[in-house]
Amino acid sequence: MGINAAPTAGGEGFLTTTVNSVANWGRKNSLWPMPFGTACCAIEMMGAMMSRFDLSRFGAEVARFSPRQADLMIVSGTITYKMASVCRNIYEQMPEPKWVIAMGSCTCGGGPFDSYAVVQGIDEFLPVDVYIGGCPPRPEALIDAVIKIQKKIDIEGAPIV
Amino acid sequence: MERVEFIEEQSSDPNLRKESMILNMGPQHPSTHGVLRVVLYLDGEVVQEAVPYVGYLHRGIEKLCEDITYQQCLPYTDRMDYIASICNNIGFILSVEKLLGIEDEIPQRAKVTEVILSELGRIESHLVGIGTNAMDLGAMSAFLYCFKERERIYDILEIVCGARLTTSYPRVGGLPDELPDNFEEVIRNFIKIFPKTLNEVDKLLTRNKIFIERTRGVATITAEEAIGFGLTGPSLRGSGVPFDLRKSNPYLNYDHYDFEIPVASDGDAYSRFLCRFEEMRQSLKIIEQAINNLPDGPYIADLPDIVLPEKQKVYTQMESLIRHFVIVYNGFNTPPGEIYHGVENPKGELGYYIVSDGTGKPYRIHVRGPSFVNMQALPMMAKGRLVADVIAAIGSIDIVLGEIDR
Amino acid sequence: MSGFSLEQLSNRLGSYIESSSEFRGENTYFVAPDKTLKILQILKEEFKFTYLVDLTAVDYLGIKSPRFEIVYYLHRFGEDYDENIRIRIKTKITEDNPSIDSATSIWTGADWLEREVYDMFGIVFKGHPDLRRILMPEDYDEFPLRKDFDVRNREPSKKSFQKALREGNF
Repeated sequence: MGINAAPTAGGEGFLTTTVNSVANWGRKNSLWPMPFGTACCAIEMMGAMMSRFDLSRFGAEVARFSPRQADLMIVSGTITYKMASVCRNIYEQMPEPKWVIAMGSCTCGGGPFDSYAVVQGIDEFLPVDVYIGGCPPRPEALIDAVIKIQKKIDIEGAPIV
Repeated sequence: MERVEFIEEQSSDPNLRKESMILNMGPQHPSTHGVLRVVLYLDGEVVQEAVPYVGYLHRGIEKLCEDITYQQCLPYTDRMDYIASICNNIGFILSVEKLLGIEDEIPQRAKVTEVILSELGRIESHLVGIGTNAMDLGAMSAFLYCFKERERIYDILEIVCGARLTTSYPRVGGLPDELPDNFEEVIRNFIKIFPKTLNEVDKLLTRNKIFIERTRGVATITAEEAIGFGLTGPSLRGSGVPFDLRKSNPYLNYDHYDFEIPVASDGDAYSRFLCRFEEMRQSLKIIEQAINNLPDGPYIADLPDIVLPEKQKVYTQMESLIRHFVIVYNGFNTPPGEIYHGVENPKGELGYYIVSDGTGKPYRIHVRGPSFVNMQALPMMAKGRLVADVIAAIGSIDIVLGEIDR
Repeated sequence: MSGFSLEQLSNRLGSYIESSSEFRGENTYFVAPDKTLKILQILKEEFKFTYLVDLTAVDYLGIKSPRFEIVYYLHRFGEDYDENIRIRIKTKITEDNPSIDSATSIWTGADWLEREVYDMFGIVFKGHPDLRRILMPEDYDEFPLRKDFDVRNREPSKKSFQKALREGNF
């Protein structure tokens, strides 16, 4: 969605870009994450949402487990081929606009598990916006990634898929 | 296929039919503690059959460990039961030390530190077990208090080994490095502060009418059925069987410590919760005794063929450099044979079955994960109960999928 | 049965035991595959080894023949949970049509352990109530823990992933 540069809607004029930036400001400051946690990184993600490293200070408080109500999917933990089809299905169920964070080495490139059952990086089947390295990454790294997504929303607006 | 009796009744009226409803608690679910899929066959709200499907986190750890050295297998063991990684590590190192036959040469300082860290891991794991169990049943505040204490334990683990969650700390022969100077102070501080939070969670949950209604009489299992399934840990002790590997087949000198094993008699989810709760208090008792008796001395055994030499010697002496290279590259040679060593993990008995062919790399490692065996009891616990009781049952068995799927 | 001793065990089982060994304080007994179920039953009912600790298999391709060995690790509590004795029973299975009787009639906990051995090695357990794959997807066609399967061989997994995406059956 987003009010894009369509000639009939006024193009890249003053009105549409202001409304666009207001919409983006609203989107980035109230991201609703969907924690897709499978393994060890999920525990650090839980730690990032708890009282010490509070993720809700950045607006991402409402962690919805239903994909229909979320816009940021945080994939944390190893994704195996058995789970990959489920992950893709959940991604398809999320409404636009949506972003994906790949948290941890396993989602970035398979991590330490170079074996017969592990997907070597979730970008084999999902479009990823921000990658976080680490095994597991500290909760501060996850907060850094959410801030980068916020900057990305500012610059790019809603992605045109 | 699966052995489920599907209800399909046709009444005399052609418009009325009754059949079982299949409900999928999919792999992505907030209450399944990971990627577990349970397919429920329902007759209204009553569960006829609950069929669990696992394997969504199978990473092939047992196969990966077959072409690396023993010390390189250590980080993989962290990632199985990722909630209390330090306990897995200690179990693995003890198994390799048993295979090599060097248990008597491990210095006392290393053994006492491993006991302290093991018990911290037990407290860590029970905090998550109780917190998530309570959160699934609706008591959200308990989860926040438990995680706050977990952060304190993370701080302790961070000053000892540098990592919060996946520690990979001990080495074959002892500890990798000297303990930090403020270790004793930090542990004593923890022993002073922690009981206050335990009392708070106690007040929130133990006599809470709603919690008792949701867990008393739910997911019951008798002692004989539990032993038949091979259950261990608080799931077994909640049914009245006083079996704990720390008392029955002691390791790390656990027979020198004075502690009790909590055993409950009803076998339901509430009994298991009470067992876990009391185990945390007993763990605190063990930590206190251990820190009062922490001896000075070396932190690693004096075994040139197995233990890496000191860094200063590696830089200056030729033999140390060669020894370092050989141990890291080839691994230390183990006698051919097979052993099994079990430790009392917070979730049950964690066992490592190692088959060695005489080289520095294991021929086969099999991990006996407690959650894998405990999970088999779920269909029996859920049968004939309501859907909400299935959630209470899964929470009370306290599973972690990394250990089930390996 | 108080006062359990290993001599009592070897006397009772007698000729069923093909060989035995001891390493690091653990006792291992080799038995024939067709007699295994009977021996496990005697061990559970007469000698009260009520707790099946572990059931697994090892592949000795190229090293020993027959190729597979199934390992049962049993625990005896004792009257007042004070004895806590453990023994290991092993049996050898050949490579072509590897199969053995299931122990689920003796211990219900052998259910998933046997399914895992079937999934990883391809050994069929006769009489198992529901022998399907447990860790790998149900349409996977290889046996990963066999020694002739390469650990980095992801092709069979990719095949079942593509099939699941097409058919939508997770």
